[in-house]
Amino acid sequence: MFVLVEMVDTVRIPPWQFERKLNDSIAEELNKKLANKVVYNVGLCICLFDITKLEDAYVFPGDGASHTKVHFRYVVFHPFLDEILIGNIKGCSPEGVHVSLGFFDDILIPPESLQQPAKFDEAEQVWVWEYETEEGAHDLYMDTGEEIRFRVVDESFVDTSPTGPSSADATSSSEELPKKEAPYTLVGSISEPGLGLLSWWTSS
Amino acid sequence: MEVKDASAALLSNYEVFQLLTDMKEQRKESGKNKHSSGQQNLNTITYETLKYISKTPCRHQSPEIVREFLTAVKSHKLTKAEKLQLLNHRPVTAVEIQLMVEESEERLTEEQIEALLLTVTSILPAGPEAEQKQNTNGDVTMDEEDPAWNSTTGPSVS
Repeated sequence: MFVLVEMVDTVRIPPWQFERKLNDSIAEELNKKLANKVVYNVGLCICLFDITKLEDAYVFPGDGASHTKVHFRYVVFHPFLDEILIGNIKGCSPEGVHVSLGFFDDILIPPESLQQPAKFDEAEQVWVWEYETEEGAHDLYMDTGEEIRFRVVDESFVDTSPTGPSSADATSSSEELPKKEAPYTLVGSISEPGLGLLSWWTSS
Repeated sequence: MEVKDASAALLSNYEVFQLLTDMKEQRKESGKNKHSSGQQNLNTITYETLKYISKTPCRHQSPEIVREFLTAVKSHKLTKAEKLQLLNHRPVTAVEIQLMVEESEERLTEEQIEALLLTVTSILPAGPEAEQKQNTNGDVTMDEEDPAWNSTTGPSVS
């Protein structure tokens, strides 16, 4: 689920923090910049693991702050393909089942990856697995808050950095709100035996 | 900012749990700047991630347990990713093993799957719900044994 990512960055320490130990100031700055943020094509950054190398700190003319090039390792949430994860159902919509891990919310299980046959109950807005046995069909509901085991089948990164002003439709874009897109989404699947709500597979 | 290696190492949930708990302790000791606006993101992600990992069986692991587990499963010839999943999830049924180990029908016989399950359940400590179940079982057996007032060494009544 978590990987260690080696990164290099230049950290700026303002003069009023010079009395603190350099390592502590740098750790705080790095966490301020990266914690709980998604780095494109890398994953969701959690926290600093360690600092591997500190290069010389320079003070440039015109700016009293010191600039230090830092080599460090960061703990990043980036599940590998086909990894099994356990999360909670956040809700259901016609697009599929939305799953959350608490610290990461943008996981979707599309309808074709649910245990088949599945149907969407419009009245209760919930997906249902129509499980067939010899006795008849059981309807297994995927309720909000239930724990669910799923397999990661796909991930997508979207670059959400701000784009420059577009001259052509400047007036129309300023009136409508820009669509908020999640920078990092996971696509899951529960179409295998053992996957789905934990309560479906526990034999007690 | 430059990313030198986007996958330098895989971390188990236990290692992340340990790192975050240590960090929380350190920051609690140095007190004052925890609530500054810049640290809010770190606080949020640390809290949520700790909450998530605390619900898994990983919180009761230790470096010795992890080492013991890895030496014990060496004979089954599993890939790093498979061993990591077994460590993080602690499967108790054959179905779960089949999910985590690729092509398990071809690579592992039924006895090997049973042996693997036994290794996992014996070496890795159980999660919090399993502990609760064990505690309630313990209470039941205690009720069956005689409570103190029936013992002969009770308070003397004379």
